[in-house]
Amino acid sequence: MTTPSPVSTAVPTGEPRVRVRDLRIWYGTSGAPVRAVDGVDLTIHAGQIVALVGESGCGKTTLGRGILGLLPPAAATDGEVVVDGTDLLRLPARRLRAMRGDKLGLVFQEPMTRLDPLMRVGDHFDELLRTHRPRLSRAERERQAVDILRAMGIPASRLRQYPHEFSGGMRQRIMIALTLVLRPALVVADEPTTALDVLVEAQILKILAELRSSVDCGMLLITHNLGIVLEAADRVAVMYAGRIVEEGDVRQVFAHPAHPYTRELLRSTISLTTTELHHIPGSPPDLADPPPGCRFHPRCPDAMRICPNSDPGDVDTAGGQRVACWLHRLDEVAPADREPLPDREISVADEA
Amino acid sequence: MPTKPEQGAEQALIDVSGLHVRYALRRGPLARITGGGGVIRAVDGVSFQLRRGEVLGLVGESGSGKSTLGRALLGLVPASSGSIRYAGTELVGRSERRMRPLRRRLQMVFQDPHASLNPAMDVGTAVGHPLRIHGVAGKDVRDRVVEALELVGLSPAHRYLSLRPGDLSGGQKQRVVIARATILGPELLVADEPVSMLDMSVRAKILRLMLDLRQQLNLTYLYITHDLATAKLFCDRVAIMYLGRIVEIGRTDEVFADPKHPYTRALLAAIPDLRPEHAGPRDVPAGEIPDAARPPAGCSYHPRCPHAFAPCGFEGRDLRALLEARWGRDEPGTAAGSTADLAAESARFADLDDFLVHSERIRIRPARGHTAADVLQTLSAARTDAPDEPVWRGVRAMAVEDHAAVVEFEPATDPGLLDTGTARVACHLFDPRFAPAEQVS
Repeated sequence: MTTPSPVSTAVPTGEPRVRVRDLRIWYGTSGAPVRAVDGVDLTIHAGQIVALVGESGCGKTTLGRGILGLLPPAAATDGEVVVDGTDLLRLPARRLRAMRGDKLGLVFQEPMTRLDPLMRVGDHFDELLRTHRPRLSRAERERQAVDILRAMGIPASRLRQYPHEFSGGMRQRIMIALTLVLRPALVVADEPTTALDVLVEAQILKILAELRSSVDCGMLLITHNLGIVLEAADRVAVMYAGRIVEEGDVRQVFAHPAHPYTRELLRSTISLTTTELHHIPGSPPDLADPPPGCRFHPRCPDAMRICPNSDPGDVDTAGGQRVACWLHRLDEVAPADREPLPDREISVADEA
Repeated sequence: MPTKPEQGAEQALIDVSGLHVRYALRRGPLARITGGGGVIRAVDGVSFQLRRGEVLGLVGESGSGKSTLGRALLGLVPASSGSIRYAGTELVGRSERRMRPLRRRLQMVFQDPHASLNPAMDVGTAVGHPLRIHGVAGKDVRDRVVEALELVGLSPAHRYLSLRPGDLSGGQKQRVVIARATILGPELLVADEPVSMLDMSVRAKILRLMLDLRQQLNLTYLYITHDLATAKLFCDRVAIMYLGRIVEIGRTDEVFADPKHPYTRALLAAIPDLRPEHAGPRDVPAGEIPDAARPPAGCSYHPRCPHAFAPCGFEGRDLRALLEARWGRDEPGTAAGSTADLAAESARFADLDDFLVHSERIRIRPARGHTAADVLQTLSAARTDAPDEPVWRGVRAMAVEDHAAVVEFEPATDPGLLDTGTARVACHLFDPRFAPAEQVS
């Protein structure tokens, strides 16, 4: 256990708390292996919230679970997931298990089913702290529980109550508090507000955004809802067919999306300022047999002749994004290869 | 209750008036002996009209009663009282047997397309099923199924007939569900969150399909959703529901340009903006939708409403919530001392459940070793420290009386829907009788 690093500043410096390098996760099937995560790089600093967005089936949940080492036995992994200097993929199972809770936390989607209905809320904290911090006194355990619950907006007077006495939003706050009380290095929050109402979602996002400055863990916020990303996250990684196609500062990515997929995803999100309906034709590819070259090319309105032939790889844009798209390496593309791809028919048959 | 005068009743396809849906609460054996069962008013006196060919959005959070209302329209849950007239025919009180023929004309699309389809039934059978159930099957079932599938964009239809739901994507499943709902040629489609389980990239496509079908099949929609953004695009009129009641109803453009009810305003403010220059901290009301078994007095939204004032229905539990927030506050208190001092205040009360008595006059007893004056002093200190908390606008008097602190509240008034010239709103801020001192900002 290392001592917590100091409160982060706007521009994180120093060693990141989490560094994922060339992570690959695949599942063996009777046919070709399904490559759910295919060469992902990701960095999360202390006090940072990184959002991971994409359509269902793009591999975002697998990536989140993979980073925590929570994959089913059938999954194979390759690459590096370094948390506070330790490569989780090289750890024996027992040591990995010991890191969970202490170093690695997970916030689930449904808060209703994750608390023990027969245990008082305070006892959840007591049990957790007794297991992971055996040297703390009872009074100290209670103080830590009260502190973190207060930060989540739950009064100490409710410590003796049972989960059913709390509303859905309160329960999700308790779940987040249970994860944060051990001050882990990394918290993966998988659609933490999807099951909640809009107003409650907004309350929780507000709390998460406020916590950023006082908590020194890194957080990976997995969501399909682009709307909440801008509000809650510092950086965003857009995932498509097992790969991260764009990554960068949230405001920069939303204002100037560099990858056509990011742009189309933003256009198809319905917000109050939407005046016409827009959708992305086609559907995400079969990960057992992804398209060659850039995987988005069959659905991309900007696809060029080079796109199906060659994988663009990552480039850094002037705006500071990391993007995998030939549009940002045009000077390396021969003029004939810049011609638009001939019209491709995408019928409803291929729709998501 | 009439809607806007210019719309004649003859245009209404569905006319709902004073509709109530109540569920009896079954508690433990003790409650049965003491008679404490209680009811949940899932729909609590709702009136509106659905005009032929329009799309009416029913917007609210979970627990607002919007789904129950939608189901009640189709007779899927029994109405407790009130009236639902479909093209002049009364639906409330109709037996299932007499309701069934009408279901050809009144259909429903559910939220979860994965759960709406039998995984063992192929698409052709599923879409043709309503024809068999309603006895309109003939030799042309297959033709009509093909036609219905083509209409929802599943074309060429023969490719889909023998597929099972497991072979389809989420968007395709919802298309099959819509084909099944439209094959009987209904007039009304109640769509309960039809796109909220789908990816953002597909939602627009399904909404577009529903708009196209409305034209081609002369459909009328009741679109039930928690998502104001899609309602804005999709609906001609919207009704905002809160705890079983409609709190605001009006034309979509008017409600969105000038939301009147504080709850509508809060919902709108909670929708994230995708434009970075507009993103920032937003005012979000505290708390969550209350327990429908014990609804707040007066306006159900008053405990969360920053504009609530005297007639809105303040009561003991609002005061208790204020005290608990005071004792649980994170930063050390300003005027009244440290958090520990504040927390010590709670020891002066005999039983905080004293606040829960349902009355305009509540007696708060002091704990052993404290006096009624201590209790009153605590309440007064809370008032001095936060004089702008809405709850104090509802407190008429506080005094010591017969060894207890007595708090008297202003009488509660249930807000009814008021005409404002544009939308109709159930909020006392728009009722000249109450001369609301503070206007909505």
